[in-house]
Amino acid sequence: MHRFAIIITLLAVTGTTNAADWPQFRGPNGIATSPEINLPTGFSETSGLRWKVAIPGRGVASPVIVGGRAFVTSSSGKYDDHLHVICIDTASGAQLWHRQLAATGSTNAHPDTCMAAPTPVADQTGVYTLFASGDLAAFDNDGTLRWYRSLVEDYPTITNQIGMAASPVLFENKLIVPMDNAGDSFLAAIDTKTGKNLWKAPRIRDISWVTPLVRKLDTGKAEVIFLSKIDLTAYDIETGAKKWTAKVNGSIPTPTLVGDLLISPSGGVTVAKLGADGLKEVWKSPKLQTGMSSPVYYDGFVYGTNSTGIVKCANAKTGDIVWEERVKGKFSASPIAADGKLYVFNEAGVLTTIKLGATPEIIAESPTNERGQATPAISGGAIFLRGEKSLFCIGSKVGS
Amino acid sequence: MSRFTRYALRLSALIAVVVFAPVSQAVEPDSALKAILSVTREGTNNEATASAWKQLVATGSDSLFPALNAFDSANPTAANWLRSAISAIVDKERQAKKPLPAEKLKAFVEDTKRHPKARRIAFELFAEADQPQAAKLLQTLTNDPSLEIRHDAIADQIKDAKTLKDAAKQKAIYQELFAQSRDEDQAEELAKLLEAAGAPANLTTHFNFVTQWSVIGPFDSKDGVGFAKSYTPETKVDLKATAAGTLKDPLKWKPVQSDAKYGTIDLNKELGKHKDAVGYGHTVIESPGEMPAEIRVASQNAVQIYLNGKKLFEREEYHHGTKLDQHVALGTLKAGPNEILIKVCQNNQTEPWAQVWTFAVRVCDKTGGKLPLQQVVGTEPGESKLAPLGNLKPAIPAIKEEK
Repeated sequence: MHRFAIIITLLAVTGTTNAADWPQFRGPNGIATSPEINLPTGFSETSGLRWKVAIPGRGVASPVIVGGRAFVTSSSGKYDDHLHVICIDTASGAQLWHRQLAATGSTNAHPDTCMAAPTPVADQTGVYTLFASGDLAAFDNDGTLRWYRSLVEDYPTITNQIGMAASPVLFENKLIVPMDNAGDSFLAAIDTKTGKNLWKAPRIRDISWVTPLVRKLDTGKAEVIFLSKIDLTAYDIETGAKKWTAKVNGSIPTPTLVGDLLISPSGGVTVAKLGADGLKEVWKSPKLQTGMSSPVYYDGFVYGTNSTGIVKCANAKTGDIVWEERVKGKFSASPIAADGKLYVFNEAGVLTTIKLGATPEIIAESPTNERGQATPAISGGAIFLRGEKSLFCIGSKVGS
Repeated sequence: MSRFTRYALRLSALIAVVVFAPVSQAVEPDSALKAILSVTREGTNNEATASAWKQLVATGSDSLFPALNAFDSANPTAANWLRSAISAIVDKERQAKKPLPAEKLKAFVEDTKRHPKARRIAFELFAEADQPQAAKLLQTLTNDPSLEIRHDAIADQIKDAKTLKDAAKQKAIYQELFAQSRDEDQAEELAKLLEAAGAPANLTTHFNFVTQWSVIGPFDSKDGVGFAKSYTPETKVDLKATAAGTLKDPLKWKPVQSDAKYGTIDLNKELGKHKDAVGYGHTVIESPGEMPAEIRVASQNAVQIYLNGKKLFEREEYHHGTKLDQHVALGTLKAGPNEILIKVCQNNQTEPWAQVWTFAVRVCDKTGGKLPLQQVVGTEPGESKLAPLGNLKPAIPAIKEEK
């Protein structure tokens, strides 16, 4: 699909945010691309850094940006049970507010993750934060707590002792909350104004780290598409009723939906065309392994990073591998693409920028000197990197 | 008594405190606190609670201590409404460049009857307001009910003790800190320091592990059905009786003893390697009187925890890691013998790391500290004696078949 078509899709689905916003995990509608141009290539300690802000504790969730506000979450404390939500002015790096909660669910988790793993989602009115402990809160832009839910108090058998990381997404007045786990497993739509359930659909009792997708249909309606270990299911976004299922599965990386093409990381990458009642496979490439990160579609190609530091580019029409490039490190974070560049952020905290074309060209390697596990964000001509302890804004100083 | 009934009683008590106690410095927060403390499940009264939150925050610093006090009566959901309100109030104070009330915060921390989480918040604010005085106060808090405060205090004292030249004094401090420690990392560190000082410490005893068990199994759990199915041991435990399991012969109870530091019983070793299986562990601990207790279990497998025939806890999750105090069941011990039954289910995963079928149990107070309990240790078939929890001796002799 042409980049123009992607932008149209993006604008159609995310009507409550601006083109410069990056409101959720992997950006507008989870496609991990931005229409912005003239984006920075890289940075060093002495140039290209608009600001760097220390964040208390630790976080592996991505930052989200709406209306010039960056929202970041973290968790801290001996028991990783102090939860933080921080709002930062993207122009200056000034902290606008900082709110704290405490984990009400178990904080047991693999050492590679923490309670601040699910990426928040924001709209023009505020931010919605989910923590791996099952704590869910909505804050207005000024830091007012709009509502709070302890999902573990509500549904006490919720459990994932490796640590949850699937992120909520938004559609109009609905916060779509993924809660695939070994206990009371569900997908829910929660009223963004009140925090009450609009619907709650049961799911397979198994753990997953996949973020759901919202697909807007030609009828004007929408559906939630959600991958699990056994299948891919579409739910009516108004009622939570199951609409169709397909035999695609996966539990760690998140699929990408570009128009009617679903790019699904499942034993490599499978691309399928979505119809009204399900999907039809276009191609499958076992060679395009993506590890824990999610693949990205950009300008007719699909890109994936694997756990050994190989970036691969495949033709989106055929699945043929076009090129491979070895970069430094392994990846938890997913690649993002914009302005003719692919940005990959490795676990050693190095942002590698690859100029895209028939052959790739590494044009910058920028170390943050912090562990890097969060997918970067793009907004307002800047790249936002969540290091383990800091938020970095890569871009020119405002006013310069 | 249901959890929410308990909260309701605590709420009534709090309202009395808020209304009548001199510590409630302003009248305005009372109605807001009452609304916040009334919050229930699934966001039922979120609108009213949000309105109360705004009211509380608008009152400013006058609401700080009433909000901290309110933790005493708050359910976990209400506590987070309070915590976020406190962070908003403090944010406003910082932005207005107003000093935090250090002396009042100190007094709140020193009041150990207050909720440990509220005291921790107060301590962090006190440290922000007056770091030297907070550090001085921390020196006195190595036995604090707040585990976070206790951990920080012990960490500071370990650091200081390491610089001492007087070996005897150093050892005495390590021994005292070891007894006060509750977290695995600190207990392990202090045990190593004591070992080096020539005074070995026993972690099994320190953590109150139950090391003496009788186990039985395997019972059927094909397709995971065993977790919900109630087998004979859940109804009545008769250590001399047999039960029908998945083996050809009837199952018998087998006395076993853990010699692992963290009290682990390996069911693969004791019952054989079985998949889709249920095993049970049964033990008896002796309590000198009625007392609240926590039964804490570590297991890679799905578990259920019973005390005196009543199920206190269950978690149906397999092979997602294990750690000390992974599962916590709250119960009340009666005076005399108390029966603990642990149900441990194994699934059919084939990965090498999914073959583990173990459990470990400790019984302790709400801080993880010692209770005056003993376990019934079999010495000969049909004979037993009492020994402290964690005590591995006298070791049980080889099992003799009764004739």
